[in-house]
Amino acid sequence: MSDVLAVAEHRRGDLRDVSFELVTAGRELADATGGDLHVAVVGGSTEKFADALNREGVDQLHTVDYGEEFNHDVYVQATEALFGELDAEFLVLPNSVNGLDYAPAIANKLGLPYVSDAVGVEYDGSLTATREMYGSKVETTIEVAEGPYAVSIRSGEWPAAEGVGDADISAFDVDFDEDAIRSNVTGFEEVGAGDVDISEAEFLVSIGRGIEEEENLPLIEALVDATDATLSSSRPIVDNGWLPKNRQVGQSGKQVTPTVYLAIGISGAVQHVAGMKGAETIIAVNTDPDAPIFDIADYGIVGDLFDVVPALIEEFGGDAPDV
Amino acid sequence: MKVLVTVKEVAEVEEDFEISNGEIEETYLDYDLNEWDDYAVEEGVQLQEAGDDVEVVAVTIGPERSEETIRMALAKGADRAVRVWDDALEDTNLLDVEAKADILAAVVEEEDPDIVLSGVQAADDAFGGTGVALAEEVGFEWAAVVNALDTEAVLDEGVASVRRELEGGVEELTDVELPAVLTIQTGINEPRYASLRGIRQAQSKEIAPKAFDDLGLDASVADSALELTDMYEPESESDAQFIEGDASEQATQLADVLREKGVVDG
Repeated sequence: MSDVLAVAEHRRGDLRDVSFELVTAGRELADATGGDLHVAVVGGSTEKFADALNREGVDQLHTVDYGEEFNHDVYVQATEALFGELDAEFLVLPNSVNGLDYAPAIANKLGLPYVSDAVGVEYDGSLTATREMYGSKVETTIEVAEGPYAVSIRSGEWPAAEGVGDADISAFDVDFDEDAIRSNVTGFEEVGAGDVDISEAEFLVSIGRGIEEEENLPLIEALVDATDATLSSSRPIVDNGWLPKNRQVGQSGKQVTPTVYLAIGISGAVQHVAGMKGAETIIAVNTDPDAPIFDIADYGIVGDLFDVVPALIEEFGGDAPDV
Repeated sequence: MKVLVTVKEVAEVEEDFEISNGEIEETYLDYDLNEWDDYAVEEGVQLQEAGDDVEVVAVTIGPERSEETIRMALAKGADRAVRVWDDALEDTNLLDVEAKADILAAVVEEEDPDIVLSGVQAADDAFGGTGVALAEEVGFEWAAVVNALDTEAVLDEGVASVRRELEGGVEELTDVELPAVLTIQTGINEPRYASLRGIRQAQSKEIAPKAFDDLGLDASVADSALELTDMYEPESESDAQFIEGDASEQATQLADVLREKGVVDG
């Protein structure tokens, strides 16, 4: 009752980065419980994945051969069987889109208290997890007295495990109940192709909720024209249908790495930051001095975009439209 | 066909706020329908409009105050609503996904829907677990983070053909057997505004109050394994260089930065 089981994530032939972060988080917990860290790979090229995951800190790797891609029914069955076999204390999963698709189900099935989207975990006989609430405006401490526990971790919060490990790799046989596999992945599609590839742009002017109304977009377009920039946006602008999907920066949109990223009226939610933190220089304009975007900005302007943007357009000899 | 839509009244925090005793003070909170649930309601109403005999029932776990929020769902086209509340819930913060799943499972058993639509997450606690845990609890199939649903396939073939929005601009196409729980992502549709007529009609639609007894639930279902022990504002990690002055001075300095970085001429 002291081992830790982490389940790796892969898609279309590649392990996802969060898998190596799970190893780090899992190792932390295993050091605290005094148990072993087990890492499972379910489906796909399991042997290749297991070799890649054999990094420092992993005690045991388990491969479960079934299918090529993620299927939540398969993952639930495989995880249930392995967790039971190990009689583990912690189940550690990614708070990814696929994590959201099976972590709550396996936790419910095994009757494990479930803490999602953790950004920190500590264990000293009981679990203390740190997680954000209210759109990252506050952090909270959650205590769970009695395990075993299920925890999903936010990607990018733990460093990726490195080095070469000496874990045993073994196949774990699961007696799958085929009748309980009632969903079927029929394919994948890349979205957001179109006229512009924002991931290639050198200078992105990016707009968020602060623009308030679709009628105000011409103001930003005028800035884009005057500076020869490329226009991108945060999620709500695309959700509202004001800009097409190929303009969206963030976890579910594009990852961008421009020389300059000018974020206008963007608060800086974690999903957005995941898509633009690789920019060389980040400049943010926001009315809220506490907006999380300023945590990663190199330059900040606390001010109203409806004042700053027209002035900036004039600096470059453009005409600001009335909005 | 019956569609059950789970909705939650969420607290939104004002720009400036104070925390005392591990909670945000009530004066800094505004209550509203959870954004993700707004899209779920719209998806349910679109199924109702496309089908011949589709009933949309909204369900919430919330105190009397939340009737205002659930009435928004009725004004947008849901046929009736169920509001679960119990004295046992008074002092809980409902962070435990299992507790919410157990309560909603009792409603699912009573209503026997073909499809349950639930927001991906709630804007306040953002656990993102209730829908999928509910599916597991009642033995339904499920799909999480759905950003497209083939309405005709649901109505005609009893299959939910969905797209799941994965990371990095990739969508997964999945067929899910009904009955199923789908967790709905923002952007799947354009939620309507309630019309005046809708708001008027909503006044006469039923919101059935249900206590645990009515649903055959024991008070212990409200017990939470998770305890929120502290809440604080994260320390700012900002090392940004702030550009001061009025808007025109700020713009002048910002223009200099852009020229210096070599991304703008002129």
